[in-house]
Amino acid sequence: MAAPMATTIAQFENVGLRYGTGAETLSDISFSLDGGGFYFLTGPSGAGKTSLLKLLYLALRPSRGLIRLFDEDVVTLPRDRLPGFRRRIGVVFQDFRLVPHLSAFDNIALPLRVAGVEETELATPVNEMLAWVGLSDRASARPATLSGGEQQRVAIARAVIGRPEILIADEPTGNVDPEMAARLLHLFDALNKLGTTLVVATHDIHLLSRVSAAQMMRLEGGRLSDPTGALKNPPREPRGTRSGKSAK
Amino acid sequence: MSLPFAASPAERRLLTEGRLSGPMPWVIAIMMFLTVLAAAGGLALNHAASNVTGSIAQRITVQIVEANPDLREAQTRAAMAALGDMEGVTEVVRVSDEEIDALIEPWIGAAGDEEGIPVPTMIDAALTEAAHNDLERIEAAVVDAAPAARVDDHAQFLAPLAGLIGSLTWLAFALVLLTASALAASVILAVRAALNTHRSTIEVLHLMGATDVQIARLFQRRIALDALFGGLVGFLVAVVVLLLLGQRIGAVGSELLGSATLPLSAWIILALLPLAGAAVSTLVARYTVIGVLKKLL
Ligand SMILES: Nc1ncnc2c1ncn2[C@@H]1O[C@H](COP(=O)(O)OP(=O)(O)OP(=O)(O)O)[C@@H](O)[C@H]1O
Ligand SMILES: [Mg+2]
Repeated sequence: MAAPMATTIAQFENVGLRYGTGAETLSDISFSLDGGGFYFLTGPSGAGKTSLLKLLYLALRPSRGLIRLFDEDVVTLPRDRLPGFRRRIGVVFQDFRLVPHLSAFDNIALPLRVAGVEETELATPVNEMLAWVGLSDRASARPATLSGGEQQRVAIARAVIGRPEILIADEPTGNVDPEMAARLLHLFDALNKLGTTLVVATHDIHLLSRVSAAQMMRLEGGRLSDPTGALKNPPREPRGTRSGKSAK
Repeated sequence: MSLPFAASPAERRLLTEGRLSGPMPWVIAIMMFLTVLAAAGGLALNHAASNVTGSIAQRITVQIVEANPDLREAQTRAAMAALGDMEGVTEVVRVSDEEIDALIEPWIGAAGDEEGIPVPTMIDAALTEAAHNDLERIEAAVVDAAPAARVDDHAQFLAPLAGLIGSLTWLAFALVLLTASALAASVILAVRAALNTHRSTIEVLHLMGATDVQIARLFQRRIALDALFGGLVGFLVAVVVLLLLGQRIGAVGSELLGSATLPLSAWIILALLPLAGAAVSTLVARYTVIGVLKKLL
């Protein structure tokens, strides 16, 4: 959905991030994300993809620069207003972060419980979500008894159930076979068609070609490799070296 | 259903295992047991001390040591009259001959009746505090009226005992402070350990938009209940021990030991200890969780 004149949902301007006192992990990051867009974030390991996503899902504050989210400056936002913003964002963590002692059902229900949804109104959406990711028969299983791909789907269901405006997924196909990867991507595409903005970090070049409308951001050494365009347009061949990228 | 620790059903199911693990509730129980015993000792001693330094200590005994029975009797009356006239003397009682016989019987046998052994007469008097402070004036007046009179101040022979009780009281309260600090420290450690095992859960809830208070509430409720459990076990065992001790003391039947029993107010203070323990652990849990969260942004 390269929607014409969509509203900007997130905006980075000259953002820099420094862990501790070392060199900057992210430098001069500027881009904006349109509501309803589908964005891939690629780059070599250690380029700073997870770090950038953490800024976006409000786990970190930048060392410098401006970040606007849902039309507010989140860098200077008081701490007690952050939970409200976080509830509008769904995150699939690189390492899932399922709560080990809770069943698949209860893990998926977490965002609703955090938001104070009544117990009586929980079962329907959670069961729908379980069916959607094909895990209805594993509802009462604990994460440790689920396969990697099943855990990943629980993590995705948990990220999605609160109907977030932005869904952020960090290597969501990291541990699954190509077939499962394709299925997960299909789920993402379906969500995107429902209006959710997607930001997916991945190494997987094959994924990139599967979503025709997706735009691509590429990080290298903590910098976006297309510094000017802010990646509003999918960089067809961003001066990079990878040759065989099939852009549809 | 509004216990201070109660959480909504939704919150309860967020975190089913945020509780103190392993031996911690039992460590808390042991610390609470020791704290309650030390506190009970301190309170009992304090109660006894107020008896020793209070009404008992403001009494005097006047002995008329005179071999001649007629003179002895005359001087006894004179001394009683002198005491009765004096300001600040609230009570004057002559100790009856039977009582005196009973008192001296263990030493000289039942021969008190025999005329050969002169037994002094005794007068018990209670003084106001002001009069007791001016004992010399009273003593002078009594001796003036009855030259054979000897005035014994109870406070004087109670002084070493009062001093001992005072020191023991301080010792007991120092022990309470020590065990209570150890209790608080073990609560803090227990809470930290419980939180460490749930650190990633705390982070995930945080990133889902749970507020600090929401997350803290999950832990403080569970931990408060565990601390309350440990505290109550320790408290109840201590109460059983105290009641058994009380029976033993009752069997001894000594007036002084008897005054070392616990008044109701002391029991109330003791019963507050496990509640205070639970309250401390609730606060520790709350501030530890919020401290962890504050570092997360
Ligand atoms: N908490 C941290 N403290 C210090 N340095 C960190 C921290 N997190 C990440 N880094 C460093 O920042 C750089 C970028 O890390 P990041 O996790 O963002 O990379 P990535 O692109 O997600 O890599 P991958 O593809 O392997 O997941 C790395 O050099 C990493 O060592
Ligand atoms: Mg990463």
